[in-house]
Amino acid sequence: MSALLKRRFVDQIKVMFGAEPSKPKEIGPAAQKIHFYKKGNRDLIAEKLHARAHAEHKNTWRNRRWATLIFANLLFTLSFFLDIQILEGALTASRFVGFHLIDLNSALQVMLAHKHIINNLLIGTGTVLLLWVLLGGRTFCSWVCPYHLLAEWAEKIHLYLAKKKLVTDQTMDRRLRTVFWAIFALLALATGYTVFEAISPTGILSRALIYGPGLALLWVLALLFFEVFFSRRAWCRYACPIGLTYGVVGIVSPVRIIYKLDACFHEGDCRKVCLVPHVLDTVIKGRAVETEVPIGPDCTRCGLCVDTCPTGSLSFEVKGLSKLA
Amino acid sequence: MSENEIESDRENGGNTPRKPTPEGKPAVSIAKRQTNRRRVLRTILLTGGVLGAALSGFLPLVYAQKKRLRPPGALDEKDFLGSCIKCGQCVQVCPVSAIKLADLVDGMGVGTPYIDPRNQACDFSCDAVQCILACPTGSLTYHKPDFLPVRPGAALAAKPILIAKEKDAEPTLNMHERIGVARLTRPEACLAIQGKGFKGQTRGPDFKGQLRYMAVDRWKPVKISSHPYDLAECDLCVRECPVKGAISIETVFAPDGSKRKSPVVHEPCVGCGVCEMVCPVEPTAISIEAGEVWKS
Repeated sequence: MSALLKRRFVDQIKVMFGAEPSKPKEIGPAAQKIHFYKKGNRDLIAEKLHARAHAEHKNTWRNRRWATLIFANLLFTLSFFLDIQILEGALTASRFVGFHLIDLNSALQVMLAHKHIINNLLIGTGTVLLLWVLLGGRTFCSWVCPYHLLAEWAEKIHLYLAKKKLVTDQTMDRRLRTVFWAIFALLALATGYTVFEAISPTGILSRALIYGPGLALLWVLALLFFEVFFSRRAWCRYACPIGLTYGVVGIVSPVRIIYKLDACFHEGDCRKVCLVPHVLDTVIKGRAVETEVPIGPDCTRCGLCVDTCPTGSLSFEVKGLSKLA
Repeated sequence: MSENEIESDRENGGNTPRKPTPEGKPAVSIAKRQTNRRRVLRTILLTGGVLGAALSGFLPLVYAQKKRLRPPGALDEKDFLGSCIKCGQCVQVCPVSAIKLADLVDGMGVGTPYIDPRNQACDFSCDAVQCILACPTGSLTYHKPDFLPVRPGAALAAKPILIAKEKDAEPTLNMHERIGVARLTRPEACLAIQGKGFKGQTRGPDFKGQLRYMAVDRWKPVKISSHPYDLAECDLCVRECPVKGAISIETVFAPDGSKRKSPVVHEPCVGCGVCEMVCPVEPTAISIEAGEVWKS
């Protein structure tokens, strides 16, 4: 990893905690060359228009992801409903054919509130930690969390209404999520109750899917309502501590999206579909510090940008392995 | 000159440097400042909203409306609420579906397991305490960690003996504390005290509750409604109690000096709630006081 990418790596961690991405102060010579070449290049503009006209909109990764998300949640439901006992429990804690799996944020809440850690809790947390380090951290958000799917649909409604100029996206300060993370951790520690778990839409939805609906779904509905009419993806973007916990795990994950500068036309389609567009600041004209830039840890690896990019400049990569798709 | 510098030069309109404000920060237009201020306000509002929702979870605790009967092996309420991860694995292993998960109105208790014994009591038809085994966080536990105190009267004098497996090599349940105590809350309604018998389905034909009848099948609990009774003197609560020595029919003296038969609860009562479930009178004459300790 070059010194420039190392610097960017650290910057992206700050960005995850809420800092605004900034213009790089220095750009590598190879990237510099491409930036220069692209400047006002008429051939390139013609090429861009051509690519655009022939670009096929794919939903490959979205479909794979939705299928995975639905399958994972269905496996919980069926394990109980049909008593096949493959994945028992809910997203907060479960047993996969006997192996303990415990959601990292829920485990943290319980450890801080109860201040006593039994072996099963430790084993389950360790297993899940390892799993998501390997799979990409916030991959949990977009590939497993049931609230993510509902929020994605709510986002579609929001964008439709925004296009009709009926609503506007009220953005907030992204540092709020870090503040919430700290507040909920402190609340658990100080009060001895798992305060966040009472309002976690992930937990509420997961239990509703497995054990049947309840009044708690009203809170989830309220959140979706807020996201449709006021603020795009507000819960995931500005509030959810689960996302930050998994984001931290994702810092060291080998699974990530990689950006290749040479073919990019810098049209910003990827940033429009992205849940966390601040991780894609590198695609803005003149920002990429190297010819290949890995996307930061706040990325949920949802693949929407990969599907959307007309030039294939964004793709999944497993560090150390050959590139995927 | 790097490309970056060229770009920033252009932004600044050639060679003239941008005029710095007195604080040395770049000038911000009024419109932009207004947008920023609104954004800060919105952020504060969202903080308030989410925190308000989260803290509203404390309300049910402050008002402590109802004490719920927790599954066997549950820690004391405060510790239970702090340690339960709300996964429902205890729900999944219960053969009679006695364990339910609490809803939004229970605040911090949302998603925590409880038993409503009148509808479905814990009859230990799993022959052990499977729910404790399933619990990943130790909210339900065989042995309380040392730093958590045991309230006087909560500890059982001995491990409870399960009548159903009395003849097994290991007849006891691995339980050290009771989850509640049965109490004859409405003695005036009790059929035994009135000297009455009971004939038919206790709780009626539509009652969904299940119970293990050793005479029917040791491993398969059946609906109570499928098991009608014909008793000259009602002793249902004693007859169906799964724990040895927890309750018996005793002769007592009424205030007017007359001899009466009455169910009497003893120290081995763990608070499972079978007596409450099978009591044929409405509302029940005997009920579980959740989280209560034994007072001799």
